[in-house]
Amino acid sequence: MSEKLLMKGNEAIGEAAVVAGCRHYFGYPITPQSELIEYMAKRLPKLDGGVFVQAESEVAAINMVYGAAGAGARVMTSSSSPGMSLKQEGISYIAGAELPCVIVNVQRGGPGLGGIQPAQSDYFQATKGGGHGDYHCVVLAPNSVQEMADLTGLGFDLADQYRTPVILLADGALGQMMEPVIFKERTSKPVAKPWATTGVGERAQTNIINSLFLKPEELEKHNEHLQAKYATITEKEIRWEGSMLEDAELVLVAYGITSRIAYSAMEMARAEGMKVGLFRPITLWPFPEKALHTVLSKASAALAVELSTGQMVEDVRLASNGVVPVHFYGRSGGMIMTPNQILDQIRKIFQAKGGKQ
Amino acid sequence: MTEKLFTRPEGLKDIPTHYCPGCHHGIIHRLVAEVIDELDVRKQTIAVVPVGCSVLAYDYFNMDSQEAAHGRAPAVATGIKRVHPDKVVFTYQGDGDIAAIGCAEIVHAAARGEKITTIFVNNAIYGMTGGQMAPTSLVGQVTATSPYGRQQPLAGTPIRLSEMLATLDGAKFIARVSVNGPKNMANARAAIKKAFQVQLRGEGFAMVEVLSTCPTNWGKTALEAGQWLEEHMVPQFPLGTYKNVQE
Repeated sequence: MSEKLLMKGNEAIGEAAVVAGCRHYFGYPITPQSELIEYMAKRLPKLDGGVFVQAESEVAAINMVYGAAGAGARVMTSSSSPGMSLKQEGISYIAGAELPCVIVNVQRGGPGLGGIQPAQSDYFQATKGGGHGDYHCVVLAPNSVQEMADLTGLGFDLADQYRTPVILLADGALGQMMEPVIFKERTSKPVAKPWATTGVGERAQTNIINSLFLKPEELEKHNEHLQAKYATITEKEIRWEGSMLEDAELVLVAYGITSRIAYSAMEMARAEGMKVGLFRPITLWPFPEKALHTVLSKASAALAVELSTGQMVEDVRLASNGVVPVHFYGRSGGMIMTPNQILDQIRKIFQAKGGKQ
Repeated sequence: MTEKLFTRPEGLKDIPTHYCPGCHHGIIHRLVAEVIDELDVRKQTIAVVPVGCSVLAYDYFNMDSQEAAHGRAPAVATGIKRVHPDKVVFTYQGDGDIAAIGCAEIVHAAARGEKITTIFVNNAIYGMTGGQMAPTSLVGQVTATSPYGRQQPLAGTPIRLSEMLATLDGAKFIARVSVNGPKNMANARAAIKKAFQVQLRGEGFAMVEVLSTCPTNWGKTALEAGQWLEEHMVPQFPLGTYKNVQE
């Protein structure tokens, strides 16, 4: 399976999930991710053991995911921003019970019902926990249709390896746009799940999927166990990409669709003689804090660019930890900045610095 | 030669429960476990337990279990059953769990004809949180959040879930039973067995609603609670079989 196909981002996620061995999908329609639920509705029933269920709500869908993941299946759900808010209770339980699954958020503008155009305003919700309690989801941020496919496969592997929910954080632009995509051969092997509830059979002990610890000593211990796992993930699974960082005085920091606009702005700035580079986090959690700090230590300033009123910029400031000033430029509500608008911001920063043009 | 006539069912672990004296949960657990033993399906059964007084039921049922978020047991059970269609999956839920916060999940599990069995324990009150008004509390019933009695103009009337779900085509067996007294217990056991058999035959959704006491939060002795159930709950929630479709 290595032919090049032209696909919408949402559909590419669906096919990548199938290629990764996902045979169970539970979801609820919402714009702009509906092509994904529709793709799974069409695709899964044709596969051996394929199960598609349109749930009565996002709340039900995420709890079906909980049940299926606890029963040992590779399972996925998808939604968009308002629907993700509804899923947060279930995601907290999934994190607490340490169940592997992939959750796709094709973001749209908020708050409230917001709009249906692309946004990146669920960064806080995705990376800081989102529901109640001390937990994190692994958050992967693709910036192309190809990466939507690749990171979906990676997401399932990370979910199984660490028994943790993984969020694929996309947006309406990535979900809707068509690009060539290749579904690469999978090399990872399925992970054994001896903890799954499959019926006790001849096992010596019954398996219990649970996040309840009534004794405070036990709950604290469980939380410490989760934190130790998160520390391992932070140590081993950080992914990011750099462009023209070697001599960059100003480092643009952008993820997802925005990173492509920022890339164009960077090229335009370079053409004007301004030394601009681009740092693109691929894992938003764990955030590439150390790598960005190292990059910023050699630069003079950072500019975080987002389709929000300023969310990831907080992590950029934490990564900088005062080593350089961190500027912010964002648009929200479904409005997308042009490369020229970013270029204007770049010029302002260089002018204020008295930097060379 | 002695013969053992009464023993703990294999479906229950040898662990004392936390239930209050006079509460019916223990009896209902036992009846479910006996049926699972009789049908010889313990090793292939996955229980889904709720938030409520029976939140720790995974410690008592001797089988694989999942603890669901409040009200979400039918969705969790759907996920499990769709992964393991050859296994037996049941939910065990209280009245607040199933008829308030989880009303959507149970209605749609039944509407889909999900091949699961639901044991619904209706004691007309929130037990674990300390005796607040439930969707099945009776009009006039005094609880911690209806201190002047459930006021019909403000809080409506009790939900009769069995009657509601019986209207759905996906529901193949729906019965309401009680466990006060040996005769009712025998009827309850028979209904629970049928509800599992419907699943084993792959017919669709099945639920048994069990009227139950809560002496602690009703403020009654075990004996008074049994009488109150008989005199006040049964007229509001008539016992009987509401749906019995054999394919």
